[in-house]
Amino acid sequence: MQALTNRAQEVSRKPMTFMERLYIPSILKGMAITFSHIFKKQPTIRYPEQKREFSPVFRGLHVLNRDEEGRERCTACGLCAVACPAEAITMEAAEREVGQENLYREEKYAAKYEINMLRCIFCSLCEEACPKDAIYLSETFAPANFTRTGFIYGKDNLLIPNPVTEPEAYAAAKGQRN
Amino acid sequence: MTLLAVDWLLIIEKLVLIAIIVFASLGIALYTTFAERKVAAVLQDRPGPNRAGPFGLLQPFADGLKLIMKEEIIPTSSNKALFVLGPGLAMTAALMTCSVIPWSSHIEIFDRKIDLQIADINIGILYIFGVVSMGVYGMMIGGWASNNKFSLMAALRGASQAISYELAMGLSLIAVLMLSGSLSLKTIVDGQMAAGSYWNIVYQPLGFIIFFVCALAECNRTPFDLPEAENELNFGYHQEYSSMKLGFYLFSEYINMIMSSAVMASLYFGGFDVPFLDESTLAPNIAALIGVAALLIKIAIFIFVFMWIRWTVPRFRYDQLMNLGWKTMIPLALFNMLVTGALILLKAGV
Repeated sequence: MQALTNRAQEVSRKPMTFMERLYIPSILKGMAITFSHIFKKQPTIRYPEQKREFSPVFRGLHVLNRDEEGRERCTACGLCAVACPAEAITMEAAEREVGQENLYREEKYAAKYEINMLRCIFCSLCEEACPKDAIYLSETFAPANFTRTGFIYGKDNLLIPNPVTEPEAYAAAKGQRN
Repeated sequence: MTLLAVDWLLIIEKLVLIAIIVFASLGIALYTTFAERKVAAVLQDRPGPNRAGPFGLLQPFADGLKLIMKEEIIPTSSNKALFVLGPGLAMTAALMTCSVIPWSSHIEIFDRKIDLQIADINIGILYIFGVVSMGVYGMMIGGWASNNKFSLMAALRGASQAISYELAMGLSLIAVLMLSGSLSLKTIVDGQMAAGSYWNIVYQPLGFIIFFVCALAECNRTPFDLPEAENELNFGYHQEYSSMKLGFYLFSEYINMIMSSAVMASLYFGGFDVPFLDESTLAPNIAALIGVAALLIKIAIFIFVFMWIRWTVPRFRYDQLMNLGWKTMIPLALFNMLVTGALILLKAGV
Protein backbone atom coordinates (compact mmCIF):
# COMPACT_ATOMS: atom_id res chain seq x y z
CA MET A 1 0.00 0.00 0.00
CA GLN A 2 1.21 3.45 -0.82
CA ALA A 3 1.87 5.63 2.17
CA LEU A 4 -0.18 8.79 2.44
CA THR A 5 2.75 10.90 3.58
CA ASN A 6 6.51 10.57 3.47
CA ARG A 7 6.60 10.52 7.29
CA ALA A 8 5.25 6.97 7.59
CA GLN A 9 7.62 4.63 9.41
CA GLU A 10 7.80 0.86 9.54
CA VAL A 11 6.79 -0.38 13.00
CA SER A 12 9.60 -2.30 14.63
CA ARG A 13 8.36 -5.66 15.84
CA LYS A 14 11.63 -7.12 17.00
CA PRO A 15 11.56 -8.37 20.59
CA MET A 16 13.01 -6.11 23.25
CA THR A 17 16.52 -6.72 24.45
CA PHE A 18 17.21 -7.41 28.12
CA MET A 19 18.22 -3.81 28.78
CA GLU A 20 15.03 -2.58 27.17
CA ARG A 21 12.98 -5.01 29.19
CA LEU A 22 14.45 -3.56 32.37
CA TYR A 23 12.90 -0.20 31.29
CA ILE A 24 15.22 1.60 33.68
CA PRO A 25 17.53 3.37 31.17
CA SER A 26 14.63 4.83 29.22
CA ILE A 27 12.77 5.73 32.41
CA LEU A 28 15.86 7.57 33.66
CA LYS A 29 16.06 9.41 30.35
CA GLY A 30 12.44 10.49 30.73
CA MET A 31 13.03 11.54 34.32
CA ALA A 32 15.94 13.72 33.23
CA ILE A 33 13.63 15.47 30.80
CA THR A 34 10.94 16.14 33.40
CA PHE A 35 13.57 17.27 35.92
CA SER A 36 14.89 19.83 33.46
CA HIS A 37 11.40 21.31 33.35
CA ILE A 38 11.67 22.35 37.01
CA PHE A 39 14.02 25.13 35.94
CA LYS A 40 12.01 26.30 32.97
CA LYS A 41 10.13 29.56 33.00
CA GLN A 42 6.41 29.18 33.61
CA PRO A 43 4.26 30.78 30.94
CA THR A 44 1.38 31.09 33.43
CA ILE A 45 -0.02 34.48 34.34
CA ARG A 46 -1.78 34.73 37.74
CA TYR A 47 -4.82 36.17 36.08
CA PRO A 48 -6.84 38.40 38.37
CA GLU A 49 -3.72 40.00 39.84
CA GLN A 50 -1.64 40.03 36.69
CA LYS A 51 -3.01 40.67 33.26
CA ARG A 52 -1.47 39.88 29.94
CA GLU A 53 -0.61 43.02 28.01
CA PHE A 54 -2.72 43.64 24.97
CA SER A 55 -1.21 44.53 21.65
CA PRO A 56 -1.55 48.20 20.73
CA VAL A 57 -4.02 47.30 17.99
CA PHE A 58 -6.21 45.20 20.31
CA ARG A 59 -9.91 45.71 19.66
CA GLY A 60 -11.94 45.37 22.84
CA LEU A 61 -15.18 46.77 24.23
CA HIS A 62 -16.79 49.73 22.56
CA VAL A 63 -16.73 53.20 24.02
CA LEU A 64 -19.14 55.99 23.10
CA ASN A 65 -17.02 59.07 23.06
CA ARG A 66 -17.60 62.61 24.30
CA ASP A 67 -15.95 65.75 23.13
CA GLU A 68 -13.65 67.86 25.31
CA GLU A 69 -16.63 69.74 26.82
CA GLY A 70 -18.24 66.47 27.87
CA ARG A 71 -20.94 66.41 25.20
CA GLU A 72 -21.91 63.19 23.50
CA ARG A 73 -20.54 63.03 20.00
CA CYS A 74 -23.03 60.47 18.62
CA THR A 75 -25.72 61.87 16.35
CA ALA A 76 -27.54 58.56 15.85
CA CYS A 77 -26.93 58.61 12.11
CA GLY A 78 -26.98 54.82 12.05
CA LEU A 79 -23.88 54.37 9.89
CA CYS A 80 -22.29 52.09 12.45
CA ALA A 81 -25.37 49.87 12.54
CA VAL A 82 -25.29 49.67 8.76
CA ALA A 83 -21.60 48.91 8.71
CA CYS A 84 -21.86 46.25 11.40
CA PRO A 85 -21.47 42.83 9.75
CA ALA A 86 -22.84 41.05 12.81
CA GLU A 87 -25.86 43.38 13.13
CA ALA A 88 -25.07 43.88 16.78
CA ILE A 89 -25.92 47.59 17.03
CA THR A 90 -29.35 49.12 17.45
CA MET A 91 -30.18 52.69 18.26
CA GLU A 92 -33.06 55.15 18.57
CA ALA A 93 -32.59 58.78 17.67
CA ALA A 94 -34.06 61.78 19.46
CA GLU A 95 -33.96 65.51 18.93
CA ARG A 96 -32.06 67.80 21.26
CA GLU A 97 -34.31 70.12 23.28
CA VAL A 98 -33.45 73.66 24.15
CA GLY A 99 -31.22 73.65 27.25
CA GLN A 100 -29.56 70.35 26.43
CA GLU A 101 -26.71 71.90 24.48
CA ASN A 102 -24.27 70.96 27.20
CA LEU A 103 -25.27 67.29 26.88
CA TYR A 104 -25.28 66.68 23.16
CA ARG A 105 -22.96 68.12 20.56
CA GLU A 106 -25.38 68.14 17.59
CA GLU A 107 -29.14 68.64 17.23
CA LYS A 108 -29.80 64.93 17.03
CA TYR A 109 -28.58 62.36 19.52
CA ALA A 110 -28.98 58.67 20.36
CA ALA A 111 -31.69 58.21 23.00
CA LYS A 112 -31.00 54.50 23.06
CA TYR A 113 -27.80 52.88 21.87
CA GLU A 114 -27.32 49.14 22.37
CA ILE A 115 -24.60 46.74 21.32
CA ASN A 116 -25.11 43.01 21.78
CA MET A 117 -21.70 41.80 22.88
CA LEU A 118 -22.59 38.21 22.08
CA ARG A 119 -23.16 39.10 18.44
CA CYS A 120 -20.33 41.58 18.11
CA ILE A 121 -17.23 40.23 16.40
CA PHE A 122 -15.04 43.19 17.43
CA CYS A 123 -14.10 43.99 13.85
CA SER A 124 -14.14 47.75 14.51
CA LEU A 125 -15.96 48.51 11.29
CA CYS A 126 -18.30 50.74 13.34
CA GLU A 127 -15.29 52.77 14.39
CA GLU A 128 -14.29 53.15 10.74
CA ALA A 129 -17.82 54.01 9.66
CA CYS A 130 -18.44 56.71 12.28
CA PRO A 131 -18.16 60.22 10.78
CA LYS A 132 -18.15 61.91 14.20
CA ASP A 133 -15.46 59.84 15.96
CA ALA A 134 -18.19 58.91 18.42
CA ILE A 135 -17.40 55.22 18.82
CA TYR A 136 -14.13 53.40 19.16
CA LEU A 137 -12.95 50.06 20.49
CA SER A 138 -11.12 50.14 23.81
CA GLU A 139 -8.49 47.96 25.47
CA THR A 140 -10.75 45.86 27.67
CA PHE A 141 -12.95 42.90 26.87
CA ALA A 142 -16.49 42.10 27.96
CA PRO A 143 -16.56 40.47 31.42
CA ALA A 144 -18.47 37.26 32.04
CA ASN A 145 -22.15 37.42 32.83
CA PHE A 146 -24.82 35.04 34.07
CA THR A 147 -27.55 35.95 31.57
CA ARG A 148 -27.70 36.69 27.87
CA THR A 149 -29.46 39.99 28.52
CA GLY A 150 -26.46 41.03 30.59
CA PHE A 151 -24.42 41.11 27.40
CA ILE A 152 -26.62 43.73 25.77
CA TYR A 153 -24.73 46.87 26.62
CA GLY A 154 -26.71 50.09 26.70
CA LYS A 155 -25.58 53.68 26.83
CA ASP A 156 -25.01 53.42 30.57
CA ASN A 157 -22.29 50.82 29.94
CA LEU A 158 -20.82 52.26 26.77
CA LEU A 159 -20.65 55.98 27.38
CA ILE A 160 -17.26 57.25 28.46
CA PRO A 161 -17.22 59.26 31.75
CA ASN A 162 -17.50 63.00 31.44
CA PRO A 163 -14.01 64.54 30.99
CA VAL A 164 -15.08 67.77 32.70
CA THR A 165 -16.70 66.37 35.84
CA GLU A 166 -14.76 63.09 36.26
CA PRO A 167 -11.38 63.50 34.53
CA GLU A 168 -9.69 60.49 36.23
CA ALA A 169 -12.41 58.04 35.24
CA TYR A 170 -12.35 59.53 31.75
CA ALA A 171 -8.60 59.01 31.44
CA ALA A 172 -8.87 55.44 32.72
CA ALA A 173 -11.64 54.60 30.27
CA LYS A 174 -9.82 56.28 27.42
CA GLY A 175 -6.73 54.16 27.92
CA GLN A 176 -3.69 54.59 25.70
CA ARG A 177 -5.72 55.41 22.61
CA ASN A 178 -6.28 58.85 21.25
CA MET B 1 0.29 -9.95 91.90
CA THR B 2 3.10 -9.60 89.40
CA LEU B 3 0.51 -9.16 86.68
CA LEU B 4 -0.49 -5.78 88.04
CA ALA B 5 3.06 -4.58 88.34
CA VAL B 6 2.78 -2.60 85.16
CA ASP B 7 5.21 0.10 84.22
CA TRP B 8 2.57 2.84 83.84
CA LEU B 9 5.15 5.34 82.68
CA LEU B 10 6.06 3.04 79.84
CA ILE B 11 2.43 2.78 78.75
CA ILE B 12 1.97 6.55 78.88
CA GLU B 13 5.23 7.07 77.04
CA LYS B 14 4.23 4.66 74.29
CA LEU B 15 0.71 6.13 74.01
CA VAL B 16 2.14 9.62 73.61
CA LEU B 17 4.58 8.31 71.02
CA ILE B 18 1.78 6.56 69.12
CA ALA B 19 -0.36 9.70 69.16
CA ILE B 20 2.50 11.86 67.96
CA ILE B 21 3.52 9.49 65.17
CA VAL B 22 -0.03 8.85 63.96
CA PHE B 23 -0.93 12.53 63.90
CA ALA B 24 2.40 13.48 62.38
CA SER B 25 2.04 10.95 59.61
CA LEU B 26 -1.53 12.14 58.96
CA GLY B 27 -0.30 15.72 58.82
CA ILE B 28 2.58 14.82 56.56
CA ALA B 29 0.21 12.83 54.33
CA LEU B 30 -2.06 15.88 54.17
CA TYR B 31 0.77 17.97 52.87
CA THR B 32 2.02 15.18 50.63
CA THR B 33 -1.18 15.57 48.61
CA PHE B 34 -0.34 19.25 48.31
CA ALA B 35 3.26 18.44 47.41
CA GLU B 36 2.06 16.02 44.77
CA ARG B 37 0.08 18.74 43.06
CA LYS B 38 2.90 21.24 43.37
CA VAL B 39 5.50 18.78 42.03
CA ALA B 40 3.19 17.87 39.15
CA ALA B 41 2.74 21.54 38.40
CA VAL B 42 6.42 22.41 38.52
CA LEU B 43 7.34 19.47 36.31
CA GLN B 44 4.75 20.66 33.82
CA ASP B 45 5.81 24.34 33.84
CA ARG B 46 2.81 25.67 35.74
CA PRO B 47 2.39 27.17 39.22
CA GLY B 48 0.01 24.65 40.77
CA PRO B 49 -2.50 25.39 43.54
CA ASN B 50 -1.84 28.88 44.87
CA ARG B 51 -5.23 30.31 45.77
CA ALA B 52 -6.03 28.95 49.26
CA GLY B 53 -3.88 30.82 51.74
CA PRO B 54 -0.33 32.04 51.14
CA PHE B 55 1.26 29.99 48.31
CA GLY B 56 -1.84 27.77 48.44
CA LEU B 57 -0.67 26.28 51.75
CA LEU B 58 -4.24 25.86 53.01
CA GLN B 59 -5.19 23.84 49.95
CA PRO B 60 -5.08 20.42 51.71
CA PHE B 61 -7.56 21.70 54.32
CA ALA B 62 -9.83 22.99 51.59
CA ASP B 63 -9.62 19.60 49.87
CA GLY B 64 -10.35 17.77 53.12
CA LEU B 65 -13.31 20.03 53.85
CA LYS B 66 -14.63 19.41 50.36
CA LEU B 67 -14.38 15.64 50.84
CA ILE B 68 -16.13 15.74 54.20
CA MET B 69 -18.93 17.98 52.96
CA LYS B 70 -19.71 15.80 49.95
CA GLU B 71 -22.71 13.52 49.96
CA GLU B 72 -21.99 10.07 51.28
CA ILE B 73 -23.29 7.50 48.81
CA ILE B 74 -23.54 3.80 49.54
CA PRO B 75 -24.87 1.96 46.49
CA THR B 76 -28.00 -0.08 47.23
CA SER B 77 -26.61 -3.18 45.53
CA SER B 78 -23.38 -3.11 47.49
CA ASN B 79 -22.47 -5.23 50.49
CA LYS B 80 -22.87 -2.46 53.04
CA ALA B 81 -20.82 -3.81 55.91
CA LEU B 82 -17.84 -4.63 53.70
CA PHE B 83 -18.29 -1.40 51.78
CA VAL B 84 -17.75 0.57 54.97
CA LEU B 85 -15.02 -1.76 56.19
CA GLY B 86 -12.86 -1.41 53.07
CA PRO B 87 -11.55 2.14 53.49
CA GLY B 88 -11.11 1.68 57.22
CA LEU B 89 -9.01 -1.41 56.67
CA ALA B 90 -6.87 0.32 54.07
CA MET B 91 -6.27 3.23 56.44
CA THR B 92 -5.55 1.03 59.47
CA ALA B 93 -3.09 -1.14 57.59
CA ALA B 94 -1.34 1.94 56.24
CA LEU B 95 -0.99 3.49 59.70
CA MET B 96 0.05 0.25 61.45
CA THR B 97 3.34 0.02 59.59
CA CYS B 98 4.70 3.06 61.40
CA SER B 99 4.93 1.18 64.69
CA VAL B 100 8.21 -0.65 64.02
CA ILE B 101 10.08 2.08 62.18
CA PRO B 102 12.91 3.49 64.30
CA TRP B 103 12.33 7.23 64.00
CA SER B 104 15.51 8.05 65.85
CA SER B 105 17.74 6.88 68.70
CA HIS B 106 16.48 7.69 72.18
CA ILE B 107 15.80 10.82 74.16
CA GLU B 108 16.32 11.31 77.88
CA ILE B 109 13.69 13.09 79.97
CA PHE B 110 14.07 13.10 83.78
CA ASP B 111 16.65 10.31 83.67
CA ARG B 112 14.25 8.18 81.71
CA LYS B 113 15.44 6.73 78.44
CA ILE B 114 12.70 6.88 75.80
CA ASP B 115 13.21 5.01 72.56
CA LEU B 116 11.79 6.85 69.57
CA GLN B 117 10.32 3.67 68.19
CA ILE B 118 6.92 2.37 69.20
CA ALA B 119 7.89 -1.30 69.28
CA ASP B 120 11.32 -2.74 68.64
CA ILE B 121 10.14 -6.25 67.87
CA ASN B 122 12.74 -8.70 66.69
CA ILE B 123 10.81 -9.52 63.51
CA GLY B 124 10.07 -5.88 62.62
CA ILE B 125 10.50 -6.18 58.89
CA LEU B 126 8.40 -9.33 58.78
CA TYR B 127 5.68 -7.46 60.65
CA ILE B 128 5.76 -4.71 58.03
CA PHE B 129 5.39 -7.27 55.27
CA GLY B 130 2.44 -8.82 57.05
CA VAL B 131 0.68 -5.50 57.54
CA VAL B 132 1.35 -4.40 53.98
CA SER B 133 -0.25 -7.55 52.64
CA MET B 134 -3.23 -6.77 54.91
CA GLY B 135 -3.53 -3.47 53.04
CA VAL B 136 -4.40 -5.44 49.91
CA TYR B 137 -7.56 -6.55 51.69
CA GLY B 138 -8.73 -2.95 51.94
CA MET B 139 -8.54 -2.68 48.19
CA MET B 140 -9.95 -6.18 47.59
CA ILE B 141 -12.89 -5.71 49.95
CA GLY B 142 -13.64 -2.25 48.60
CA GLY B 143 -13.67 -3.49 45.03
CA TRP B 144 -15.71 -6.57 45.88
CA ALA B 145 -18.28 -4.82 48.05
CA SER B 146 -18.94 -2.14 45.43
CA ASN B 147 -20.69 -4.75 43.29
CA ASN B 148 -19.33 -3.15 40.18
CA LYS B 149 -17.44 -5.00 37.42
CA PHE B 150 -14.81 -2.34 37.03
CA SER B 151 -14.14 -2.13 40.74
CA LEU B 152 -13.89 -5.89 41.02
CA MET B 153 -11.53 -6.09 38.09
CA ALA B 154 -9.38 -3.36 39.57
CA ALA B 155 -9.34 -5.14 42.91
CA LEU B 156 -8.25 -8.37 41.24
CA ARG B 157 -5.52 -6.55 39.37
CA GLY B 158 -4.38 -4.85 42.52
CA ALA B 159 -4.26 -8.08 44.48
CA SER B 160 -2.36 -10.00 41.81
CA GLN B 161 0.05 -7.11 41.37
CA ALA B 162 0.71 -6.86 45.09
CA ILE B 163 1.29 -10.60 45.40
CA SER B 164 3.64 -10.72 42.40
CA TYR B 165 5.76 -7.84 43.55
CA GLU B 166 5.86 -8.85 47.18
CA LEU B 167 7.83 -11.93 46.10
CA ALA B 168 10.59 -9.93 44.44
CA MET B 169 10.52 -7.48 47.33
CA GLY B 170 10.98 -10.25 49.86
CA LEU B 171 13.82 -11.80 47.87
CA SER B 172 15.68 -8.50 47.60
CA LEU B 173 15.14 -8.02 51.30
CA ILE B 174 16.72 -11.38 52.14
CA ALA B 175 20.06 -10.05 50.86
CA VAL B 176 19.85 -7.16 53.32
CA LEU B 177 18.94 -9.52 56.13
CA MET B 178 21.96 -11.70 55.32
CA LEU B 179 24.17 -8.64 55.66
CA SER B 180 22.74 -7.43 58.94
CA GLY B 181 21.82 -10.81 60.39
CA SER B 182 18.65 -9.48 61.99
CA LEU B 183 15.00 -8.88 61.20
CA SER B 184 14.74 -6.01 63.64
CA LEU B 185 14.74 -2.65 61.89
CA LYS B 186 16.54 -1.05 64.81
CA THR B 187 19.40 -3.55 64.55
CA ILE B 188 19.58 -3.06 60.79
CA VAL B 189 19.86 0.71 61.23
CA ASP B 190 22.37 0.39 64.06
CA GLY B 191 24.47 -1.89 61.89
CA GLN B 192 24.62 0.79 59.22
CA MET B 193 25.39 3.50 61.77
CA ALA B 194 28.27 1.67 63.41
CA ALA B 195 31.72 3.13 62.81
CA GLY B 196 33.48 1.74 59.76
CA SER B 197 30.34 0.41 58.11
CA TYR B 198 28.58 1.93 55.15
CA TRP B 199 24.92 2.25 54.29
CA ASN B 200 23.41 -0.87 52.80
CA ILE B 201 22.94 0.87 49.45
CA VAL B 202 26.72 0.51 48.96
CA TYR B 203 26.47 -3.27 49.27
CA GLN B 204 23.05 -3.68 47.70
CA PRO B 205 22.56 -1.29 44.76
CA LEU B 206 20.70 -3.86 42.68
CA GLY B 207 18.68 -5.00 45.67
CA PHE B 208 17.68 -1.43 46.35
CA ILE B 209 16.49 -0.84 42.79
CA ILE B 210 14.39 -4.01 42.94
CA PHE B 211 13.01 -3.04 46.34
CA PHE B 212 12.21 0.46 45.12
CA VAL B 213 10.36 -0.74 42.03
CA CYS B 214 8.41 -3.22 44.12
CA ALA B 215 7.59 -0.50 46.63
CA LEU B 216 6.14 1.56 43.79
CA ALA B 217 4.01 -1.41 42.82
CA GLU B 218 2.95 -2.05 46.42
CA CYS B 219 1.85 1.57 46.85
CA ASN B 220 -0.09 1.43 43.56
CA ARG B 221 1.91 4.37 42.32
CA THR B 222 2.47 5.12 38.67
CA PRO B 223 3.79 3.34 36.58
CA PHE B 224 2.02 0.53 38.46
CA ASP B 225 -1.28 2.23 39.24
CA LEU B 226 -3.33 -0.37 37.40
CA PRO B 227 -5.91 -0.76 40.19
CA GLU B 228 -7.08 2.77 39.54
CA ALA B 229 -6.52 3.00 35.80
CA GLU B 230 -8.93 5.79 34.99
CA ASN B 231 -9.09 5.19 31.28
CA GLU B 232 -9.63 1.43 31.47
CA LEU B 233 -11.49 0.89 34.73
CA ASN B 234 -13.29 4.22 35.19
CA PHE B 235 -11.61 4.84 38.51
CA GLY B 236 -10.66 1.42 39.72
CA TYR B 237 -11.57 -0.06 43.05
CA HIS B 238 -12.79 3.20 44.59
CA GLN B 239 -15.16 4.09 41.80
CA GLU B 240 -18.31 3.75 43.92
CA TYR B 241 -16.84 5.58 46.88
CA SER B 242 -17.59 9.16 47.69
CA SER B 243 -17.01 11.64 50.45
CA MET B 244 -14.53 10.80 53.20
CA LYS B 245 -14.51 7.08 52.38
CA LEU B 246 -12.89 7.96 49.09
CA GLY B 247 -10.70 10.33 51.03
CA PHE B 248 -9.55 7.45 53.24
CA TYR B 249 -8.50 5.42 50.22
CA LEU B 250 -6.62 8.29 48.65
CA PHE B 251 -5.12 9.19 52.00
CA SER B 252 -3.98 5.66 52.76
CA GLU B 253 -2.10 5.68 49.47
CA TYR B 254 -0.11 8.69 50.64
CA ILE B 255 0.52 7.20 54.06
CA ASN B 256 1.73 4.02 52.36
CA MET B 257 4.10 6.17 50.38
CA ILE B 258 5.49 7.77 53.52
CA MET B 259 5.86 4.44 55.27
CA SER B 260 7.55 2.70 52.37
CA SER B 261 9.91 5.67 52.08
CA ALA B 262 10.69 5.30 55.77
CA VAL B 263 11.30 1.56 55.36
CA MET B 264 13.56 2.10 52.37
CA ALA B 265 15.46 4.80 54.21
CA SER B 266 15.90 2.47 57.18
CA LEU B 267 16.91 -0.56 55.14
CA TYR B 268 19.22 1.00 52.58
CA PHE B 269 20.03 4.57 53.57
CA GLY B 270 20.97 4.23 57.22
CA GLY B 271 17.62 5.27 58.70
CA PHE B 272 18.21 8.22 61.02
CA ASP B 273 21.96 8.15 60.42
CA VAL B 274 23.60 11.38 59.33
CA PRO B 275 26.59 10.63 57.12
CA PHE B 276 30.04 11.69 58.38
CA LEU B 277 28.69 12.57 61.82
CA ASP B 278 29.53 10.65 64.94
CA GLU B 279 26.31 10.76 66.94
CA SER B 280 27.88 9.36 70.11
CA THR B 281 29.80 12.60 70.69
CA LEU B 282 26.58 14.64 70.93
CA ALA B 283 24.12 14.92 73.77
CA PRO B 284 21.53 12.14 73.29
CA ASN B 285 18.57 14.52 72.95
CA ILE B 286 20.26 16.62 70.27
CA ALA B 287 21.43 13.50 68.47
CA ALA B 288 17.87 12.16 68.52
CA LEU B 289 16.46 15.37 67.08
CA ILE B 290 19.10 15.44 64.34
CA GLY B 291 18.24 11.80 63.65
CA VAL B 292 14.53 12.55 63.26
CA ALA B 293 15.34 15.42 60.92
CA ALA B 294 17.68 13.23 58.88
CA LEU B 295 15.08 10.51 58.52
CA LEU B 296 12.39 13.03 57.55
CA ILE B 297 14.68 14.54 54.92
CA LYS B 298 15.36 11.08 53.49
CA ILE B 299 11.62 10.36 53.43
CA ALA B 300 10.95 13.67 51.70
CA ILE B 301 13.54 12.89 49.04
CA PHE B 302 11.99 9.46 48.44
CA ILE B 303 8.50 10.96 48.20
CA PHE B 304 9.77 13.49 45.69
CA VAL B 305 11.25 10.66 43.61
CA PHE B 306 7.92 8.81 43.80
CA MET B 307 6.13 11.88 42.48
CA TRP B 308 8.81 12.62 39.93
CA ILE B 309 8.35 9.11 38.54
CA ARG B 310 4.58 9.48 38.57
CA TRP B 311 4.67 12.58 36.44
CA THR B 312 7.19 11.11 34.02
CA VAL B 313 6.29 7.52 33.27
CA PRO B 314 3.04 6.31 31.74
CA ARG B 315 1.23 3.28 33.15
CA PHE B 316 2.38 -0.24 32.32
CA ARG B 317 0.10 -2.55 30.47
CA TYR B 318 -1.11 -5.46 32.58
CA ASP B 319 0.91 -8.12 30.72
CA GLN B 320 3.99 -5.90 30.81
CA LEU B 321 3.53 -5.54 34.54
CA MET B 322 3.34 -9.28 35.06
CA ASN B 323 6.28 -9.94 32.71
CA LEU B 324 8.38 -7.39 34.53
CA GLY B 325 7.46 -8.81 37.89
CA TRP B 326 7.87 -12.51 37.22
CA LYS B 327 10.42 -12.66 34.40
CA THR B 328 12.73 -9.79 35.32
CA MET B 329 12.37 -8.76 38.94
CA ILE B 330 12.27 -12.19 40.57
CA PRO B 331 15.25 -13.65 38.62
CA LEU B 332 17.23 -10.47 39.30
CA ALA B 333 16.37 -10.63 42.98
CA LEU B 334 17.39 -14.30 43.13
CA PHE B 335 20.66 -13.50 41.37
CA ASN B 336 21.29 -10.65 43.78
CA MET B 337 20.60 -12.94 46.72
CA LEU B 338 22.97 -15.64 45.45
CA VAL B 339 25.79 -13.20 44.74
CA THR B 340 25.40 -11.59 48.15
CA GLY B 341 25.44 -14.96 49.87
CA ALA B 342 28.51 -16.07 47.92
CA LEU B 343 30.40 -12.88 48.74
CA ILE B 344 29.53 -13.15 52.43
CA LEU B 345 30.83 -16.71 52.47
CA LEU B 346 33.96 -15.69 50.57
CA LYS B 347 34.66 -12.91 53.06
CA ALA B 348 34.15 -15.25 55.97
CA GLY B 349 36.77 -17.50 54.35
CA VAL B 350 34.81 -20.72 54.35
